[in-house]
Order: sequence, then C-alpha cells, then structure tokens
Amino acid sequence: MKRAADRIGIAAIAILGLGALIGVPHVVELFTLVDVAVYCILAILALSLAFVWGFGGILSFGQSAFFGLGGYAYALAVINMGESTVPILLGAIVPMLFAALLGYFMIYGRISDVYLAVITLTVSLIFYHLINSTAGPEYAIGRARLGGHNGIPGLPPINIPGNAAAQLDYAGTFRLSLGALLLVYFGLRALIASRFGRALVAIRENELRAELLGYDSRRYKLIAFVIGGGIAGFAGVLFASWGSFIGPGVFGIAFAAQIIIWILVGGLGTLAGAVLGTVLIQYLTTWLGQSKSVAALIGLAKIDTSLVLGAVLILFVLLVPSGVIPTLRKLWLGRRGASA
Amino acid sequence: MSAPILETRGLTKRFGGVPAVDGVDFKLGEGELRCLIGPNGAGKSTFFKMITGQLAPTAGTVLFRGADVTGEERHRLARHGIGIKTQVPSLFDGLDVRESLHLAARRFHGASDARRIVDAILAETHLDAVAGRKVGELAHGQRQWVELGMVLAREPLLLLLDEPTAGMTPDETRRTAALIARLRQRRAMIVVEHDMHFVRMIAEAVTVFHQGRILMEAPIGEVLRDARVREVYLGAHKDRHA
Repeated sequence: MKRAADRIGIAAIAILGLGALIGVPHVVELFTLVDVAVYCILAILALSLAFVWGFGGILSFGQSAFFGLGGYAYALAVINMGESTVPILLGAIVPMLFAALLGYFMIYGRISDVYLAVITLTVSLIFYHLINSTAGPEYAIGRARLGGHNGIPGLPPINIPGNAAAQLDYAGTFRLSLGALLLVYFGLRALIASRFGRALVAIRENELRAELLGYDSRRYKLIAFVIGGGIAGFAGVLFASWGSFIGPGVFGIAFAAQIIIWILVGGLGTLAGAVLGTVLIQYLTTWLGQSKSVAALIGLAKIDTSLVLGAVLILFVLLVPSGVIPTLRKLWLGRRGASA
Repeated sequence: MSAPILETRGLTKRFGGVPAVDGVDFKLGEGELRCLIGPNGAGKSTFFKMITGQLAPTAGTVLFRGADVTGEERHRLARHGIGIKTQVPSLFDGLDVRESLHLAARRFHGASDARRIVDAILAETHLDAVAGRKVGELAHGQRQWVELGMVLAREPLLLLLDEPTAGMTPDETRRTAALIARLRQRRAMIVVEHDMHFVRMIAEAVTVFHQGRILMEAPIGEVLRDARVREVYLGAHKDRHA
C-alpha cells in the first residue's frame, strides 16, 4: 500500500512539474514568476540537505557554505570568462572539492553528529567573516572584485551554452530553475532507491551493524556529503544568476538556520517535504514582509520575519514533530488501513 | 585440532588500567563449534569485540586464517569472513526484514544470488510471514532471528554468536539450537551463552572465562563436573543448569 502511495505521489509530482514548466510562464505575472523561480532554487538547496541529513544521517548545519561557495565560484568565473557554461560547472565542482576535503577530516576522523553540525556551521561563519573583510579593491580575482559586505553585483544571466549573447530571460530562468529542481528531485529519488542509497539508509539506521556486515560507512557518508555539497553549490549558481548578485549573507547563521527549518517543517527523511517546507516558509516570509494589513492587525508597523520563523519552528516541533509530509502520509495510510 | 581459523595470542584489553581481557591465548579449528561461558564481566563480549574490530586490543594478536588482523577496521574484518550476532540485537529498525537481509547478502553477492540467499534464510529462520514488516515492529525473539539471518546472509567463515537465545521462548531456543546444529556443518562458530541447557544441546568443547582469563578449556561433560567452574560460575546458575 505504501508503494502504491509512493507511485501516485511520484506521478503527481512529475505531471504537476511538467505542467508548471510549460504553463506557468504563460499564466502568471512577471513578479510571481521571479518569486517562484527563487522558491525552486532554494528548494534545490533544501533537497541537498534533505539528502545529506535525512538519508545520510549527517546534520550539515552549515549547508549554506556550499551554496555560497557555488554562488561565489560562479560569480568570479562568469565575470572573468563572460560566458556561463564553465562557471556553472565550477559552481558545482568547487563546493564538491571543498566538501570532499572537509568531509574527509570530519567523517574519517569519526567526529560525532553534534560536533559535525557545529563544525559545518562554524565553517560557514568563517566564510561569512572572511568574505565580509574583502571590501578593498586589492581583493580581486582577475577582473572580479570580491566586494566584501557589498557582495558582487551585476552578474550576467545564464546563457545558452557556447553563446554568451543568448541570455535567459525571466521565463527561461524560471524554466531552468524548475527543470533543475525536478531533475535533482528525481535524480535523488533514483539514487536513494539504488544499491548505494539503500546502503546509505542502512548506515543511517545503524552504522555499527552496517560496518559489521562489511560496509565502509565512512566512504558512503563522504560520497553523500560531496553529492550534497555539489547540489547546494549548483543551487548557489542559480541563485547568483537569478538575482544577478551574490553577497556574504548566504554564509550567515540566519540563512543556515532557515534551511534546517524548511526541512523540519516539510519532514525530515523525505525529499518532497524539503520542497514543500521551502515553498511554505518562503511564501509565508514574503507574504508577511509585504502584508501591511497583518502587521496593522497586531498593532505593529512591520513584522519581524525571524520571530515568525522561530514561532513556526516551535509550533511544528510541538504539534507536528515529524513534519507535514510524514504526518499526511501517516494519516492517509491510516485512513486506507481503516477502510480496508 | 585442524589448522586454526582463529587464534589469539596474549590478547588483552584494559579499561583505565583494569583488565577486561587479560592475555588470552585461544585457538579455534576450521569447522569447530566452541561455547564460551563464564560469569557476567568475565570478558566474553569484550573478547568478541576485539575479534570483530569494535574494540582495539591493548596488547596481543588476533590471527584469522593465519593472517594478522589485529586492530583492523570492522568492515574489513567482515570482508575477511567474520560475522557477529551481538548481545543486544543490532538491527536496521526502519527497514523491513527482507531489505535488511538483502542488504547483508548484496554486499558480497550479485543481485540474483542475493535474492536466492534471502529466500533461503527467510525459510530457515521462519521469518517468511513477517518479511515485509519493519524490523522495529517485531517481537524480541524475531529480532534475534533477523540479526542472525543478516549475519548468515553474508555467509561468514567464522560466526560469533553472543547470547543468541536471550529473551527467546523455549520453543524458539530449541529451533535456534537446531539451526546452529545445521550451520556448524558449514562454518566455524563461537557461541557465548549463559543457558547451560542450551550449551549442552549444541556444544562439545567449552571455554570458561573468569576475570578476563581462560579458566578452563575442555569437553562439556568435564567442564560441568569441574569444582572450580562450579564455584565461580555454575553455582550462580543452578536454576538454569538443573
């Protein structure tokens, strides 16, 4: 019964995704299209952590570090090269290499889960401070200035490979973002269903038992961490290109915590939950930020979205601890079981 | 004894200066079944943990099929052919029974061989009826069998069973004894067990551990009659021994 539910879910996501890919740019206004594109990009970032944490059992609190590295690698390369194909690849490869190096020391050093979370977050914060202190003109790579706290503005949009002049418009950026989201989602589903993925899940369930059966858990976890780093980096590329800007804020603690909230709201251990959690929270944040009537209703000039996010997290931890998707799945299966 | 499949020389493990296992010289022949008995804290489980790489020895050597494997990592020792069923079942609670067994078999076998092995183990361990259920939902006795099944799916050359009948019903214990009798035709085994009735069902030779050392190694009948063994161990197990 669970498999039937899974199949229906996959088919629904595929149909909805393809429908949105084709239809949405024709029916929504430009502002919404731009908003939805960034939801898709952030959902890719959420998927990277959903995979690493939910299936690999590695709480990478500083997943934003790979997102930021991807964005900065892309920005520096595209300014120097003028064409986006190689910079996109670099935006995924640089975070993967960094994840391999960092992950090797953490995972092969058998650092426990809590310390691993602290280390990844610390690394992200080190990048935050490092980039923030590069405001001077001497901090440049080729023609690209790092820009310090001002970030790197004026990034060109992604172009058709090999043709720097054929740049994507808003609809093209939306289609690329949603297409990439679908590709990453279904790619990760296939990976989790593969022999590698099942072994990874077994290691998450019981690392000692997996090792006593002959699985080198550290190798599996490192590979998962590197894949997660690459996906987060790729999301960073799309983010930098979407906003024509990348700044040190992506390495900050607020952004790192936000990714955790997306996943906890959607449901740890599911991929669809990560996407749903991202969209729900981002929509809520945007809506509250814009909605003057809600602020007026509670007697404030402006609503602090950080406070709202914190309240949402507390409510979910208390009332829906397993997140939206696992709760819905349990309810649906329970109802089917009762009616059978 | 045939050429030893497992040999330990002066194997020692100290925790903060206190020896849990103290200079143990032990040999197990190919195809041999040996029971380890001894009071709680005698060092039996620590001995197993050093053989399977869960603990690094403080001193001494572990030889498996003549090769020095002292301090090797757990997954490498498993690849050499050492399998262990731990004292407290160590399982994949979130996976179903068939997938758990499949993961164990697939590590060393192709897809079709793994399926065949899993089907055979499900039948042998009477787990067919619960093959699709999550391991975390099973009763204790069934969990013991799942772990045993996972270890067997790898087809180890040396099988270590740490209290395989703990928490089992008398019927499950009898079935486990029958399974071990069938398994011993194919591989060497060391079984740690407190249930002396069960030990008498399966064992010919017994090694008695006491305070981290080997107190005695002898056929089961001789061990049961030995005054020292009765004093340090069997006296405390009169009810189960009777």
